[in-house]
Amino acid sequence: MQHNVYIYIFVCMALVTYIIRILPLTLIRREIKNRFIRSFLYYVPYVTLAVMTFPAILSATQSPISAALALGVSILVALFGKSLFQVALSGCATVFIVELIMSFIK
Amino acid sequence: MPLTHRQSFFKGAKDGIPIFLGYFAVALTLGIHVKEYGLTPLQGMLASLTNNTSAGEFIGFQTIAEDAGYWVLIIAEIVANARYLLMSFALSQKLPAETPIWQRLLMGHGVTDEIFGISIAVPGKLDPFYTYGAIAVAVPGWTGGTFLGAILGNILPVSIVSALSVGLYGMFIAAFIPPAKKDKIMAGLIIVSFALSLLFAKLPIFAHIQDGVKIIILTVVISAAAALIFPRKENEDAA
Repeated sequence: MQHNVYIYIFVCMALVTYIIRILPLTLIRREIKNRFIRSFLYYVPYVTLAVMTFPAILSATQSPISAALALGVSILVALFGKSLFQVALSGCATVFIVELIMSFIK
Repeated sequence: MPLTHRQSFFKGAKDGIPIFLGYFAVALTLGIHVKEYGLTPLQGMLASLTNNTSAGEFIGFQTIAEDAGYWVLIIAEIVANARYLLMSFALSQKLPAETPIWQRLLMGHGVTDEIFGISIAVPGKLDPFYTYGAIAVAVPGWTGGTFLGAILGNILPVSIVSALSVGLYGMFIAAFIPPAKKDKIMAGLIIVSFALSLLFAKLPIFAHIQDGVKIIILTVVISAAAALIFPRKENEDAA
């Protein structure tokens, strides 16, 4: 690696993240009025998470089949309003069971 | 009668217990990625203690593994954590006006999806000690889980590691599905994000672009387009 891991972790990651967290909390006391900025900031987190999830999830497990099924099950469980913990667990359980079944079929 | 700081702290700590459990399980899966991306368990643990964010750390580890430039990672973190700006803003309105700056600085570290979620749900004004209580319980779960995951990743059977690897994505899914369920525009946006992300991953002309940069480009372009075409009405984005 050409770069220092600790500069990555403490400066590029931790310091930048912390500044983002404290800037409005300490500085901005007025409401953001600009409609475009408000809308943009509203959409950003969800779009980032969606882009990070797919298609990366398909190569996270031993087989794209188990991962695709885990994606489907997790979305369903989330649609039923279950908690973060239950959604994450349902995906893990799906991969475990599907891969177990696949190892028997082989 | 308003709660004392001490009572608020313990209430926050109690409400933080489910967050501790969720963080611990998800951090285990993050820890497995730590090893995958060539970092040591200690480095992973330090990252979790100081960053306290799943998406930001995940994208960070990815970028470190690619040995991308410092600026690439800084921009990636700004994009991955932009939502904390909104949360921090909402919290600034929730605190009593006289809250001193050092308390605001201390509270800032607890701005995560979950700790924000319970802090903003407190009736009336927020006593920062409530948030400190939640941080005191939840952050050790996140930090310890990352460390254990990075260590156990070496000895856990492949089937368990494979299963835990989707846990992190499960947490992302749990974050973006509820707003998509409430709002058709958001649902459409998620589908568009999936489709364009797949296109970026598969088309050979984008093959030389690093994953972290792809995420930034896609996020900014899709969100800006959505903000232009579907601007939010006032009071619609209380979260």
